[in-house]
Amino acid sequence: MDIFLQLTVSGLSTGMVYALAAAGFVVIYKASDVINFSQGDLLLFGTYLIFFAVAQTGLPWSLGVVVTVLLAVALALVIERLVLRPLIGEPIISMIMVTIGLSSILRAAVNAIWGPAPRSFDSFLPAGDVALGPVILSSGRLLSIPIALAVLAALWLFFRHTRDGIAMRAIADDQQAALSMGISIPRVFGIAWGLAAASAAIGGIMLGNIVGVSPNVASIGLRVFPVVILGGLDSIRGAVIGGAVIGLLEVYTGGYVGHGLSLVVPYVVLVLVLMVRPYGLFGKEIIERV
Amino acid sequence: MSFECGVFHTRYESDMGLRPWPMQRIRLAVFAVFVLVFPFVAGPYWLDLANQIAIATVGAIGLNILVGYTGQISLGQGAFMAIGAYTAGLLTLNLGLPWGVSIALACVLTSLAGTFFGLPSLRLKGLYLAIATLAAQEIVEWAMTHWTAVTGGTEAIVIPAPRLFGVRLNSTFAFYWFGVLMAAGTALFAANLFRTRMGRAFVAVRDQDIAASVIGVNLFRTKLLAFATSSFFVGLAGAMIAYYRTIITWERFTLETSIVYLAMIIVGGLGSIRGSFFGAVLITLLPALITNAGRALQDTAPVVANLLPYAQQAVFGGVIILFLIFEPKGLSKLWGNVKDYFHVWPFAYRRG
Repeated sequence: MDIFLQLTVSGLSTGMVYALAAAGFVVIYKASDVINFSQGDLLLFGTYLIFFAVAQTGLPWSLGVVVTVLLAVALALVIERLVLRPLIGEPIISMIMVTIGLSSILRAAVNAIWGPAPRSFDSFLPAGDVALGPVILSSGRLLSIPIALAVLAALWLFFRHTRDGIAMRAIADDQQAALSMGISIPRVFGIAWGLAAASAAIGGIMLGNIVGVSPNVASIGLRVFPVVILGGLDSIRGAVIGGAVIGLLEVYTGGYVGHGLSLVVPYVVLVLVLMVRPYGLFGKEIIERV
Repeated sequence: MSFECGVFHTRYESDMGLRPWPMQRIRLAVFAVFVLVFPFVAGPYWLDLANQIAIATVGAIGLNILVGYTGQISLGQGAFMAIGAYTAGLLTLNLGLPWGVSIALACVLTSLAGTFFGLPSLRLKGLYLAIATLAAQEIVEWAMTHWTAVTGGTEAIVIPAPRLFGVRLNSTFAFYWFGVLMAAGTALFAANLFRTRMGRAFVAVRDQDIAASVIGVNLFRTKLLAFATSSFFVGLAGAMIAYYRTIITWERFTLETSIVYLAMIIVGGLGSIRGSFFGAVLITLLPALITNAGRALQDTAPVVANLLPYAQQAVFGGVIILFLIFEPKGLSKLWGNVKDYFHVWPFAYRRG
């Protein structure tokens, strides 16, 4: 039983990192129909930026988090302006390949700046363990769950109640109509990339605290796909639930069945979901059937 | 589009020829002479690169049939190549089949596997299909590394060298001829494919699938055929790698492989045979050129030289992005531009 609880907490905390990355993916897809293969690299940049801010520059962690998020947003805005905007309206294959190219460049940049060796810094999430009855849980992992949920709730509120959030939903709904209502599409695309980067950076900060800083973080970018397909490509709520489910599934199969299997289970789920319910749990049901 | 002047077809055969114009034949002849002379002047290093290009050309044409001509995005190229390589290798190793037979069987089996993974394409389109093939890639990759009983897991499989009339075929020189033969055969097949009803149906499905089905193209059959044809050549490329290296490891067939091949056809030109070749050349030579630049800089600027592996990765990404932004039709279009320019040179009647 205590193993189960430990696995659950670890699965949920991993799942919440997935959810943060997936939420960024969803925001970009929702606003601009771009499939972002570089989401994992934005996460990677987040972990290295917090490492840079806290361990290399020596900022206090509160300031470090702010600096990290701001730098990540700035990077995303540059990317959006230089790379994505010239390609608005191009076919899907171009969009996929351009973000793959981007991912390659970002990863090379991280490796060139910080080197390929794993790094670490003093975690500023409380490091001790919490005893919950007979079960001992890492408090850093435990704490990362509410933090992620708060960020995701903020994103959800943004879509629901702010002017730009509603503009983004309007564009997702009908670009022409949104344009004729005076919504600036470049502005909204920029905001989408900024939000995605911010969300990924926070995920990266959490990862840096929980598991340390290493180039492998980028592999989470591919885990985003099972999450968003399960949750629905255009739903923040779906990203949260999908992230939790995939995180738990991975950890349970890793813990109970065998380590190797946990690598492939998310993709098996992905295939099953695509067969049965391609729009996911919470996605819009208008998928183009062939 | 260039307009050839001064050629007037008087027979159907000349009208239907693959290369009806004299200039095209001259260019082809020059290229053929180059290909025939190359192995006698080039050293083993360049020959090895040429062999890699030949394999990549086969694989890229295969992928282009699916992605460029039929419009079905596949991120599973690495997986299909793996199926081809492992089938060919294991058939020779375990059943002792001659290499020719196991290559043929590998192509057929990959073709079947491709058809199976193509089944979702009947319901899924665009990005959903891309994500489904991504899942296929991950699952096959997992099977390669974990299905130890069959694939040997992460251990490499060593297969006996192929022999033809007592000559080892996997030496760089001997394989060159085999590679060129396969690449030329694939290119010829593909070029003719798109002059047939089936090939035209592929293109129709890419351009407008609903319209295609209205004019009598069976979408179900056509898409599966596209997957089957494409995977056949992808499997061939995989089997060629297996026999060229005589060592099969899973690292050659990861998602990265899929991405490299997609980059080839993007850079070369989607829906273009010569583009597949150009892309294969550029993407194969790029890392080699950067490595050479690194060696040259080793003594003068060691700091720069240390950064070169990352430069390789960054340049790869940069090339994809630059082509997508500035020349989405790829090298094939650039080559077309060059030809157009010289076509009426020096009497250009139109600028730009």
